[in-house]
Formats: sequence, C-alpha cells, structure tokens
Amino acid sequence: MTCIAFIQTKGGHASKASLEAAGFATGIGETVAVVSGELNGDGGLGAVGVSRVLQGPGNLDDGQIAKLVSAAADKEGAAVVVCAQDHLGKAVAGRVAVRLGAGLIAGVTAAPEGGAYTRNVFSGKATAQVVGNTDKLVVTTTPNAIGMPEPKGGTASVEAFDADLGASRVEVLEAAQPSSGNRAPLPEAELVVSAGRGMKGPENWGIIEDLADSIGATTACSRPVSDIGWRPHHEHVGQTGIAIRPNLYIAIGISGAIQHLAGVNGSKVIVVINKDPEAPFFKAADYGIVGDAFEVVPKLTEAFKAL
Amino acid sequence: MEFLVCISKAPDTTTRIAFSEGDTRFNEDGVQFIVNPYDEWYALVRALELVEAGGGKVVIASVGGADVDPILRKALAIGAHEAVRIDADPRDAGQVAAELAAYAKDKGFDAILCGKETIDHNGSAVPAMMAEHLDVPCIALCTSLEYEGNKAIMTRETAGGIEKVAVSGPFVLSAAKGMSEQRIPNMRGIMAARTKPLNVVPASGASAGTSIERFALPVEKAGVTLVDADNPAELVRLLREEAKVI
Repeated sequence: MTCIAFIQTKGGHASKASLEAAGFATGIGETVAVVSGELNGDGGLGAVGVSRVLQGPGNLDDGQIAKLVSAAADKEGAAVVVCAQDHLGKAVAGRVAVRLGAGLIAGVTAAPEGGAYTRNVFSGKATAQVVGNTDKLVVTTTPNAIGMPEPKGGTASVEAFDADLGASRVEVLEAAQPSSGNRAPLPEAELVVSAGRGMKGPENWGIIEDLADSIGATTACSRPVSDIGWRPHHEHVGQTGIAIRPNLYIAIGISGAIQHLAGVNGSKVIVVINKDPEAPFFKAADYGIVGDAFEVVPKLTEAFKAL
Repeated sequence: MEFLVCISKAPDTTTRIAFSEGDTRFNEDGVQFIVNPYDEWYALVRALELVEAGGGKVVIASVGGADVDPILRKALAIGAHEAVRIDADPRDAGQVAAELAAYAKDKGFDAILCGKETIDHNGSAVPAMMAEHLDVPCIALCTSLEYEGNKAIMTRETAGGIEKVAVSGPFVLSAAKGMSEQRIPNMRGIMAARTKPLNVVPASGASAGTSIERFALPVEKAGVTLVDADNPAELVRLLREEAKVI
C-alpha cells in the first residue's frame, strides 16, 4: 500500500508534528512525502523511512495545497493520505478528503489496529475506534500522541512536483511569531510548566519562568489568567485555548476545572502543585505537592538544576 | 452581509460520558445538550456583531433530527435571524459537511462561520470539507474577523505564531478564542425566538465516509502520589526514575 504524507516545513526542515505523521505513514505502507516550498536536503524525511519527496511550489493557500496533495495521491495511486492535525492540517486534510472522495479520520492518537484508528472524543473523556467506509482514507495525527519515529538513517530522493493549482485566494498581509524565546511552541512541547490564579499576579511569574527554564519547558497558563491579561492568550491551555499532550505537565496554582482538564488530559504525566488539598486537579494528577507555590516552586527549580 | 453560521448540538461540558448499543453510540439519556460552545461564543456572536454594525442577516444551520430544534431556538434567542435544520442522522464529519455545503451552495452567503471544533467529536473537520465542496478558501482557527469594504480581514493562528490574511469573496472560517465573547440571551430574545422561522429541509443524501466501531472510556489513573512540600527533590527523583519524563 502506498501512503502520501503531507509535510509542513520550517526553515527547510520537516516540523516535529509532520515527522510524527510521516513516521505514522511509514508504519502503514511505502510513503511518499509532499512538501510545499523550501526544503533543506530531504528535510529529515529519509531518516524516518520516507522513500521519496515530491517538492511543490511554496506560498500556497489551503486550497492549492489540497490540489497539490490530491494530485500527488492520484499520481502515486495512494490509498492513505496522512498529515498532522495542526493548524495547517485542519485547513487542508478535509479538502483533500473531499477531492479524493475519501473518508477523513482526524486526530488519530495511535497506530492503526486491523484497519481501525483510535482517536480522542468528548474532549479526551473517551476514545473511539474508527474505520473508513471508502477505498481511500485521509488520516491526521494528533501532535505528540504518536511519538517521534525511530531514526532509520536513510535518505529520501527529492523530485520537483507541480499540478494545476490555480491562483491563491488568500492574501497574507502580516505574519508574526510570539516572543516565546527559545522555548518550543506549546503544541509541540514535551515539557510544559503552567500556572493559574494561585500566582496572585503577573509580577510573580518569575519563579514559573525559572522553573520552566530549569528543564527547558514551555510556559502555559489557565483561562482566568489569560482572560485578565496576566499572560498572553497564546499561552492559554484548556478547552477554549489549545489542547496539548506533553510528556510532563506541571500545573501550579490551577484548581483543575473540567474545561482546563479537557485541554491537558492527554499529558503523559501530570504534576499538580496547589496549597488546597481539595483542588480537583489532584484527582487527575500522577504526582502532587500540597503546598504554597511561592515556597515549593523555587525549591523544585533548585532540585531540577541539581540534576 | 449575509452569514451562515453552522451550529452543532453538543453535550454539556460536565456530562458524564456513557455509551449504548454495544458501545457504538453515545448514550444521550439524561444528557443536557448545549450549542457547541465554539459555534456559539465565537462564530455566532461575531456574525451577529458584524450584522448589527453593518446590516444583513445571520442564518444558522444544523444537521440532525428534531432533537436539534431546542439548540437552534437557543441560537435564535441569542439573535440569529432564521434557522435551518437539515433533516438527517449525522454519522460523520464528511456527511455533515456535504449536507451543509449542499444547502449553502446557491444561497449566496458572504461567509460561512463554524466553531473550531465540536466538544464531542473534536475533529475540526467540517469547515475544510465544506470549503472544498463550495470551492472557497478555508481560514482555520481564526481569532478575528473584520471587513474593509468587501474584503474580509482575518487573524489566524499558525504553527507557533499568528497571521493576518485577507480574502475577497466568500469563504469558510473556523472560529477560535478571541473572535468574540459569550452572549447570554435576554427575555426579549427568548420570546422573539419562538416566532422566528425554523425551516426543516430534506437532506441531499450524503453518506458517511467513516464509521465508529466502538467507543471506550480511558483507563482510570492509579491515583496521585503525594510528595512532601519540603522535599521537592523526591518529586524530581520520581519524575526521573519512575515516570522517566525528565
């Protein structure tokens, strides 16, 4: 079986979420990757088992990318198209499915078993096994759920590829990156340190930043904290903010409302630090410390630094 | 401006999740249903704000049986002008997108707004599928929508950043936080909603591209291991040696 993996690149290299998607695809069948625009070597794709890369033109809108990917799927006779369930994947995957007359299984969290794909439903409160009813399938993978593929040490050949894409209908006026410094973007971060109203004010975030820096984690926050402007909106994790699934989520001064849990319950390990032993978050936690964040957090930072 | 806002029925956030028919369907017994929050707070309210400022109409549409009607009435009470229910049993996102697109195709809407995802199926799949059926751009995860003349100016989230984009002509967007704020319906809105049109239209007969074989509840966590507040080094040891995440 042949798979097409649509890969988003950054600085010519496949994004982490895209590498996970490519690794997932190689587990299903021989995988040909499709990229739009700049590529450095094979973009790191050969190392995860991709045999060939089809390189299309850059600066495409969602409709044009869908045409490019669908044309590649037709050319290669692919039965499965895979991409990451990230910002771009959410705009592109559905379009590809419609173009190919394929079913779409979005946000898969594990390798398929007997043709059935597992995905999270009810905001992480349940899972569903989903099968396709169509000859072809489009599958998107939830970032940080599948895990990075084992490096296989190969190199993929790169061929130029184009199709009748029409003109772009989306004009990009401005692109900005938030100033999160050297930290990994939240959806891709493996370690996240998050804090809530228990921090009492934005001026107290220094100890949170220090803790995050001690382990190279990305900072996040709860909804009330971003709503009152203590922290930027892009840091808000939870049902209305962004959903994340890091390996380690440390929640400080966050009570653990169900809407917050919906955004973080995919985390592999949850640590809760709260002075209220009755905080509901402890029920969802793997490890907990009942104590005052202003005393516990600096000590924890020191303990991490001592590693 | 005329907007179509797509509305989904969703179980209230605090619902206890259970399944029926051999774990193949969500058990709706005793479940309180709400308008999917992203559809309501972000997509619907922003469309209403734009129409209140510049004139026009907001039509809401949902795919489902008569059980969806209370949700459509709620959205009418918030301020939508008319409601459409496409009479079908929605089984997957592809079917819903095809039905919504078949309805919208010849109606000349300036824009179609959806929430970023539903809180039950969480696929974020309908907007892009609908956009492809209608051959219009899909702007996913929008945090703002303004108009400059007939040009729509939007801000969207991208991988680790934001982008400001412009589209001339119709489009589909999925709305995320920042677009607008929740609006509580007042008594006048609730009374008015009773007499606003709620049209039931036949489905086009689109089929589902996927099927749910089985739902399952996640394995319960073993319970929290508490560490003494004076000994965070013990937590670090557990994270390293037991959980192996550091």
